[in-house]
Amino acid sequence: MLGEVEKNLLHVISDLDELPAEGAFNLRENGKGVQRRSTKNVEITPKTDKPGIDIRVAPGTAFESVHIPVVLTESGMNDLVYNDFYIGEGATVEIVAGCGIHNCGCDTSQHDGIHTFYIGKNAHVSYVEKHYGEGEGTGKRILNPQTIAYLEEGATLDMDTSQIRGVDDTKRFTKVVVGRGAEVVISEKLLTHGEQSAVSDMEVELNGDGAKASITSRSVAKEQSHQVFYPRLSGNCACFGHVTCDAIIMDKARVRAIPELTANHVDAQLIHEAAIGKIAGEQILKLMTLGLTAEEAEQQILDGFLR
Amino acid sequence: MLELEHVQFTAGTTNIVKDVSLTIPEGRFVVITGPNGGGKTTLAKLIMGIEQPTGGAIRWNGADVTHLSITERARLGISYGFQAPPRFKGMRVSDLLQLAAGSDQQLTHDQCCAYLTKVGLCARDYVGRDVDASLSGGELKRIEIATILARGSGREHSLMIFDEPEAGIDLWSFAKLTETFRALHAGGKATVIIISHQERIIRLADEIVLIAGGEVKARGSVDEVFPLIMRDTVSTCSAAEQEGL
Ligand SMILES: Nc1ncnc2c1ncn2[C@@H]1O[C@H](COP(=O)(O)OP(=O)(O)O)[C@@H](O)[C@H]1O
Ligand SMILES: [Mg+2]
Repeated sequence: MLGEVEKNLLHVISDLDELPAEGAFNLRENGKGVQRRSTKNVEITPKTDKPGIDIRVAPGTAFESVHIPVVLTESGMNDLVYNDFYIGEGATVEIVAGCGIHNCGCDTSQHDGIHTFYIGKNAHVSYVEKHYGEGEGTGKRILNPQTIAYLEEGATLDMDTSQIRGVDDTKRFTKVVVGRGAEVVISEKLLTHGEQSAVSDMEVELNGDGAKASITSRSVAKEQSHQVFYPRLSGNCACFGHVTCDAIIMDKARVRAIPELTANHVDAQLIHEAAIGKIAGEQILKLMTLGLTAEEAEQQILDGFLR
Repeated sequence: MLELEHVQFTAGTTNIVKDVSLTIPEGRFVVITGPNGGGKTTLAKLIMGIEQPTGGAIRWNGADVTHLSITERARLGISYGFQAPPRFKGMRVSDLLQLAAGSDQQLTHDQCCAYLTKVGLCARDYVGRDVDASLSGGELKRIEIATILARGSGREHSLMIFDEPEAGIDLWSFAKLTETFRALHAGGKATVIIISHQERIIRLADEIVLIAGGEVKARGSVDEVFPLIMRDTVSTCSAAEQEGL
């Protein structure tokens, strides 16, 4: 049912070789939902007023995986989609999203996914999102994801995003509002090369006592590419927040990291660390003494860094 | 066999290694010792190819390696455990051991653990850890030694150079490490050079080379050289001399 190009994209963004044999999923291809499956606990329904889907996870769901991959193979496709997630109290789910673009034409292919999560009391969400672009065409591959999440008391969100390769232009916006005793862990990985540009704008509000946030961004900027990180953390109660931006810069690339902390409460504890630098020469030398060439050594170091 | 012939290394106007000639036969276990700043690490880096000599020649098993790259020397069996090893964010201990072992042998979890045990690390706790700032100096150092063991083992004609392996290591791990070096010596397959200041390691050696001021000051068996080191230690301390010691 899936062509080779679609299969490969699916594999890269979700580690799936076929559509999942069980569990809820929604496959969106070239701007249309083409296949979908709901389960007893996870109901996926298309929106009627705008493109996108609603995903409702029943309270108390023990553990389920939900796959919502997006593939774009038509050059010139401009796809805007709204996905809303309603996670019931005490539910535990893993959501695997991701977008792969294959553009072999000369027109721009673009996917803007707007994901909003309403995470109920004591619910646990793990959200994995991979972005990838390929194709020999001169047309650009653009991804502008927005992720907005509201965490109720005791809820957790573990968000793992990566942009692996081939996306020309990305503007990522993430906003998380963390309630009492809730916790968000964001891990962002990014690799840019060529003339690519990536901007990651992030806003986390710690609004309930005991709220926690941990944001880690690791990136590699190669060649002439350009990256900007703008993580903002505000503590409005007794809370704890930590931001780390760590970038390896190479060739003629440019990286800006602008972490911002705002404490509006005496018991808000906020920390940020940011480091940008090239690969340490000693690291390359060390791996060369293990028999690697300088190029292989560099690749190993980058692979580890973005693992 | 490792042969150094009139090896020199000058940085700017300073002669760091002056004129070192040394022959180390295959399977020999040699300890290089001498005062800080004497040029021991520089000599090791010259053998590994991390620094290029400004004069002289280096031969390994008959081949002139003086102008070979680090990678080429590594592939000829030369390995070097850094005095101050670098850290790698995101690289696991097991990854580093696998890189060291090389792509021609796939290390099992048990083999990784065995190398760590040999340096006194509780393998289960370390195999999956990242070789990053979360490790203490002594832990990092022992992982470095384990990678050299992984690299040199199972390879014919290997030369393993360890640079102050005892640095930062607690007494218990040190005892384990000495045991490991003793076993390596007894195995007799690899040629081993250890740069060390520890009597217990020095006493394992077939031969001791004393390097100071960029030169070989003395070489010989433990019984020949050790008394010289002890005498020097006292005589270089001017306060002790004044006291008539
Ligand atoms: N590349 C270099 N440039 C300048 N000085 C150096 C360089 N490498 C080493 N040195 C100096 O040479 C001397 C010997 O260093 P080293 O070989 O590290 O000694 P050891 O290992 O015996 O303590 C030291 O004084 C050190 O500062
Ligand atoms: Mg030294």
